[in-house]
Amino acid sequence: MKNKNTLARLMRFISPYKSYLIFALIFSAVNIVFTLMTPVLIGRAIDTMIGKGKVHFSYLSIRIVQIIITVILAAITNYLVGRFSSKMTFEITKDLRDQLFAKYHALPLKYIDSHPHGDLMSRMIADIDLISDGLLQGFTNLFAGVATIIGTIGFMLAINVKIALIVIVLTPISLIVSSQIATRVYKYFQEQLAIRGELSGYVEEMIGNQKVVKAFSHEEVNKADFDEINQRLFVSGVKSQFLGALVNPSTRFVNAIVYGAVTIFGAFTVLNGGITVGALSSFLTYASQYTKPFNDISNVFTELETALACADRVFKIIDEEEIVEPRNAKTIEHPQGDIKIDSVQFSYVPEKPLIDDFNLDVKAGQTIAIVGPTGCGKTTLINLLMRFYDPLKGTITIDGVNIQHMNRHYMRSLYGMVLQDTWLFKGTIKDNIAYGSSNPTDDQIIQAAKNAHAHKFIMQLKDGYNALLQEEGSNLSQGQRQLLCIARIMLADPPMLILDEATSSIDTRTERQIQSAFDEMMKGRTTFIVAHRLSTIEKADKIIVMNDGHILEQGTHKELLAKQGFYHKLYYSQFDTSTNS
Amino acid sequence: MFWKKYFKPYKWQGILGFFFKLVEAFFELMVPVVVAKIIDQGIAKGNTTYIIHMGIVMFVLALAGYGSAIICQYYASLTSQGMGTLMRRDMFEAINNYDYEDLDTLGTPTLITRITNDVNQLQLAIAMTIRLLSRSPFIIIGSLVMAFILNWQVGLVFLVISPLIAFAIYFVMSHTQPIYHRINKLMDKISLITRENLSGVRVIRAFNKQDNEKKRFFETTKAQKDEQVHAGYLSSLMNPATTIIVNTGIILILYVSAIKVNLGTLTQGEVIALINYMNAIMLSMYAFANVILIYVKATAASQRVQEVLNLKPSMVEGSQDMPDSYNHFITFDDVSFSYKEGHALEHLSFTINEGETVGIIGGTGSGKSTLVNLIPRFYDATEGRILIKDQSIKDYQYDTLRHMIGIVPQSATLFSGTIKENLLWGNSSASDEDLNLAINISQSKEFIDKLPDDLKTKIEAGGKNVSGGQRQRLTIARALVRKPEILILDDSASALDFATDAKLRRDIKKMHTTSIIVSQRVSAIMNSDKILVLDHGKLAAMGTHDELLKTCTLYQEIVKSQMEGENNEK
Repeated sequence: MKNKNTLARLMRFISPYKSYLIFALIFSAVNIVFTLMTPVLIGRAIDTMIGKGKVHFSYLSIRIVQIIITVILAAITNYLVGRFSSKMTFEITKDLRDQLFAKYHALPLKYIDSHPHGDLMSRMIADIDLISDGLLQGFTNLFAGVATIIGTIGFMLAINVKIALIVIVLTPISLIVSSQIATRVYKYFQEQLAIRGELSGYVEEMIGNQKVVKAFSHEEVNKADFDEINQRLFVSGVKSQFLGALVNPSTRFVNAIVYGAVTIFGAFTVLNGGITVGALSSFLTYASQYTKPFNDISNVFTELETALACADRVFKIIDEEEIVEPRNAKTIEHPQGDIKIDSVQFSYVPEKPLIDDFNLDVKAGQTIAIVGPTGCGKTTLINLLMRFYDPLKGTITIDGVNIQHMNRHYMRSLYGMVLQDTWLFKGTIKDNIAYGSSNPTDDQIIQAAKNAHAHKFIMQLKDGYNALLQEEGSNLSQGQRQLLCIARIMLADPPMLILDEATSSIDTRTERQIQSAFDEMMKGRTTFIVAHRLSTIEKADKIIVMNDGHILEQGTHKELLAKQGFYHKLYYSQFDTSTNS
Repeated sequence: MFWKKYFKPYKWQGILGFFFKLVEAFFELMVPVVVAKIIDQGIAKGNTTYIIHMGIVMFVLALAGYGSAIICQYYASLTSQGMGTLMRRDMFEAINNYDYEDLDTLGTPTLITRITNDVNQLQLAIAMTIRLLSRSPFIIIGSLVMAFILNWQVGLVFLVISPLIAFAIYFVMSHTQPIYHRINKLMDKISLITRENLSGVRVIRAFNKQDNEKKRFFETTKAQKDEQVHAGYLSSLMNPATTIIVNTGIILILYVSAIKVNLGTLTQGEVIALINYMNAIMLSMYAFANVILIYVKATAASQRVQEVLNLKPSMVEGSQDMPDSYNHFITFDDVSFSYKEGHALEHLSFTINEGETVGIIGGTGSGKSTLVNLIPRFYDATEGRILIKDQSIKDYQYDTLRHMIGIVPQSATLFSGTIKENLLWGNSSASDEDLNLAINISQSKEFIDKLPDDLKTKIEAGGKNVSGGQRQRLTIARALVRKPEILILDDSASALDFATDAKLRRDIKKMHTTSIIVSQRVSAIMNSDKILVLDHGKLAAMGTHDELLKTCTLYQEIVKSQMEGENNEK
């Protein structure tokens, strides 16, 4: 039932290209008729040459002309089938990918956070490839296979019923043989796959962390472990490869038997005057080609099954609930940055309540420091402010407007953020800085880089601002990546800021240099800052203290110290370490 | 030659496999002749016993072919899997012998694909060589020979048509291959964009760049689709072209044969046999083309595999044990080091005494990590010498040297297995007491006790199921289990809060082991016996916290930037 649904949905993807499909099927049918006619005509041509002095040349010429016509028609239709089906296949593949990609951007962050990215990647790449291979090409192959079988049976019956029956009855044996082997081999294939997976997992872990392995002189132990898995893979590999490779010779063997049977029985039929020698030769051609469509079809079925399973995985994501934007979205005329959080309740999973009745009033231009030990859940607060997640209860307003009544696009454009994880993409430094601003000039980009103290190191790179970054900026140091992200914000110049441990990987001297630019930027802007440094914390208008995802305390530095609570403890543990010398 | 080494142990299996495939092909080639005999001798002369005899011959040929095929497949599987297994073993061993520099140049992700995918690719190529490389050319040549034996004029037709088929296949393949190459490139780009969009989803949404990203993605999928359709159109030409060529051949055979039959030099059965040979040539050509495709892929794979195998580490292991007596514990004597990209350390000289705690501080890229990586000889100094116990580290056996050192690298990596198994990496013969001590010092006790299976708790690959801070504490414990003479912490307490960090340092100090602490936090190193201040690979100053505060402006600056809050408080 599920398969039927998936198939129906795939058909909907095909419908814009219906005409291609229809043409492909029509031409495929025509092609099969002409292809099957050729052996008959060749047989008839052979019948024109019975023996010495008994060759009927004028008949032969007619046959040859007929062969030429059928071959040309078969060739043309064959080409058209290929053309239409590849056009259709690749158009649909593109549509599927585009739709899935758009879907990734329409999904709530919750979905993307809670699903492994590797899995989302493999749906985009491998699954859709398998759909295009299996289902779409399979369609035409399935049709062609069935049509060939029916056509061959028809042609054979027309020539001689008895010999036709031999072929029709005996050939399925090869299918039975191959499917018998296949089911037996399946077990071994699974085993081999499992061991291969184990081996890659082991290699990935140990080679991936080879430096640690060396640091602990663990090489010999690893070699022994690897050899053990490798040996098991060898034993299993030989078994499954050998058994798997038996399918082909076995079907060929059955084929040879059928071929022999047709030859002998056909020879006797010729002797009894039932058919001509030429007809016998047509039969032999059919007999040798008859198993092929059966094998094709059985392959198509496994491919179809995989394709449907993959399609199912893709549709599962496409069916996920999307983000809904408010209907009459509001905007703010002159955004000031007054933020009010009113009795907000939030948790990622219902069993684990995190934030309960959180209230916060931020006046425009204030700085709010978020403080707590590592892993205290500071990102949760940012998730709520940026509306990556929605609170279960309560409201968050900017300048009196509920953020849920604004478009996410618009609301987020009011914030500038530098996140814990730097995010850069493959492209030039210039493009990376310009990301988030609309068409800045080169001067503006350079100025922003200068403000972020990134200009210097950029100029040291071979191509300066046009230097190409590797994926995720992996050819830069963590600190340099951070500087680029800061430059990006400097350029975008938004009314509110969220800074999340933005400077954690920058050494203190560089950070100090940036600090002044940062202070400048924070002036007059509402800023939420996840802070480690005392200077930032103390200067803040309000401090939110978090631990284990919960908001423990909030207030000014003085208020919190007076409270003698968690902040007090945290502050003094820090203070302690720097004065106990 | 790289192949020879791996083929040698499987030489006979490989040759036998190849041989039996030829035998099978030979039996296959005989079939059309037998059919021709049945028609010419049996049918034409009405000789039923002859027909039955020849029929039996056909069944025997089929059975013999089947038997040979099974033997061939067995040896092919054994040879290809065996050679692959040997290659994997050697590659893994080679990689284990690499030094850090080799690992940096090649990069670990590519090593992983090479040892898995590339070897699989080669195994397939080996199996195909045995199975198809013998059969296809044999059938093609055999059919040609048979055609000439039956009638040389018809044989000439074969001689013209066969290369034409080969050319048609080659033409289409050589034109589609570069397109497939481009399609793969675009596929990589599609993956890249998807990955960037998933990992950077917050930034993209924060900057409202979804539409830009979609546009970028759609452009790439469109480019890929255009290439795919183009390749699809081209390869649709292959079948029709070969069909036309082969049937042209058949028509020519029919025409020439008709004349010969009329003259009485050729029989009807032989005409049928000739047509069968023509069809056999076409099928074998297709099979051969596929082998060539596999070869193209395998050549690339084989190059990548050879690169792994041929790379020999530039570092040479020493042969000395640990000296019994010594004056200086660790000595850096005018040490310089440069990566391929440029200088990292320049002319460092200093000594570290036994039992000392040494702090190393400096900006990003100042060479802190590089310095500590030189001590266990992960890299060799480009100039100068490093001595431990008065003996150059180049003279030590790796094991001796590295067993002295417990290093906690910057990235906290754990391996899959229980916590206990991970800790035992430090020292496989550690007692439970040793483990407990290490757990206590590394401040891991508190959270390990909370775990349901405490020390037996399973760590997933990469340690994903414990938090960053916990992971760091466990990697510290792992190094401590070794009871190292030299403990190196390479900025490895960064995820710990200040309180835990302080306790950790207090407890390590109690161990009286020589420790080298790399950090960006002044608080983490200020109590050290000696602090090295690094600036762009140079030793800017060395001394205690108080000395440096007086003499080193760079150190003052660093301290000031971190202690600002404290000063305000006063």
